[in-house]
Amino acid sequence: MAKKDKKEHLAVCKTLGTWKSIKPAGITEPGTASELRTGDWRSQRPIHIPEKCIHCLQCFIYCPDCSIRAENDKFKEFDYYHCKGCGVCAAICPVQAIKMVDEGKAREEEKKKNA
Amino acid sequence: MPEKKKPVKGRDYDSLSGADAVAFGMRQINPDVVAAFPITPQTEIMERFSQFYADGEVDSEMILVESEHSAMSAVVGAAAAGARAMTATAANGLALMWEIVYIAASTRLPIVMNVVNRALSGPINIHCDHSDSMGCRDSGWIQIYSENGQEAYENTIFAVKLGEHPKVRLPVMVCQDGFITSHSVEAVNFIHDSKVKKFVGEHKADFSLLDVDKPITLGPLDLFDYYFEHKRQQIEGMENARKAFLEVAKEFEKICGRKLEYFEKYKADDADYLIVVMSSTAGTAKEAVDKLRKEGKKVGLIKPRLFRPFPYEEIAKALEGKKAVAVMDRSDSFGAQGGPIFLEISTALFNSSKKPKLFSYIFGLGGRDTPMEDIEKVFNELMAGKLKQINYLGVR
Repeated sequence: MAKKDKKEHLAVCKTLGTWKSIKPAGITEPGTASELRTGDWRSQRPIHIPEKCIHCLQCFIYCPDCSIRAENDKFKEFDYYHCKGCGVCAAICPVQAIKMVDEGKAREEEKKKNA
Repeated sequence: MPEKKKPVKGRDYDSLSGADAVAFGMRQINPDVVAAFPITPQTEIMERFSQFYADGEVDSEMILVESEHSAMSAVVGAAAAGARAMTATAANGLALMWEIVYIAASTRLPIVMNVVNRALSGPINIHCDHSDSMGCRDSGWIQIYSENGQEAYENTIFAVKLGEHPKVRLPVMVCQDGFITSHSVEAVNFIHDSKVKKFVGEHKADFSLLDVDKPITLGPLDLFDYYFEHKRQQIEGMENARKAFLEVAKEFEKICGRKLEYFEKYKADDADYLIVVMSSTAGTAKEAVDKLRKEGKKVGLIKPRLFRPFPYEEIAKALEGKKAVAVMDRSDSFGAQGGPIFLEISTALFNSSKKPKLFSYIFGLGGRDTPMEDIEKVFNELMAGKLKQINYLGVR
């Protein structure tokens, strides 16, 4: 582990509490799985191509994680917080309006854009 | 079939089988939820308890489930809802519960389960040995073993308070020997209903899934960031059970008149040669000790009652300075250097400078009878001093 990463790791550990301070048996606040970020497992990222999309919403129906958001009967956006990048949407799209790209590369490009 | 004799309420003794005695204790505890699934030789406990239920003598909710896996799941659910929950099983039934047995302990649910010890398959066998409960000695349950129906009855009532102790909060397994204890009729002294009721009191769970004012999430995914901490808490709960056992025993003595101890010492203090054995065989061993004592031999017995947590220090003290000790196990840990109790006792004595010679005896597997002559043979072999490390008693 790089020195900087280790420092960050230890800082996070401090916030987690010890066996004496945390609640027993993994009991936590009430909530649902919607709070759990599953998008960070993704190795492939779906990208929407608006000019090709015919808004048939098959992707919306087939997405196993409800990660396609629609509004007024039209494709709106991907929910990248939950999308695991399975590619079902891209496979089902009849007009190839969704392409799968490498997640790592996509993140790097995002970083460059934001810098 | 003749109708079974029903214990009379308010009377202080009756002749009952071990299974009936436990069911009678359950009636007095009056648990909120009882899940039942039949398996020989446990069936008699739930058969009798369901009679109490049908007669309206308990307020319990009875759940008749479709398997032991479901029985354990049902009591886990009930206990998580804040209820006082009980069940009972044996051998393969316990094996089928396995997955949830661990979950009950790690979720810190003070369930009480009677285990009527029976040999695990295969080859299939319905008679007594301890392979079932010994198999889950690492599951995080407190384990108490009973010599006879009387002890099974007392231990069951005692277990409720021990498991629910605020510093413990762990499930408790109360074990008795299949058929030998569960189906043998002996006189059982009862504690009065009202005393038991007062002793067990009302269960106040730390949390409840039914408490809508304080909602919680129970059983979420617990990975490398928290699992270890939760296990550390569980270890602490089990360690606390040692002290809690003595505390609850003090309270129990007031209503029962008898003192529950980690282990019973029978003519052990001045003995040179000791046998350590649990459950019903301890009764046979007492007879053997008496006989040999009359012949002037200095022999004695240690009968552990509490196996988890194991009373290391106390047992070591009781064994130190003896000439030789035979530890008798009614189950084997295949490939280990002796049976489960032998391993515990070896560990307990490892750092002692006054350790006795220690030998392991595996006996009584699959209900093989262990008569008094066999116990005498063990003592004689101990005294002769020509023993192998691991011995098998009564095998052809």
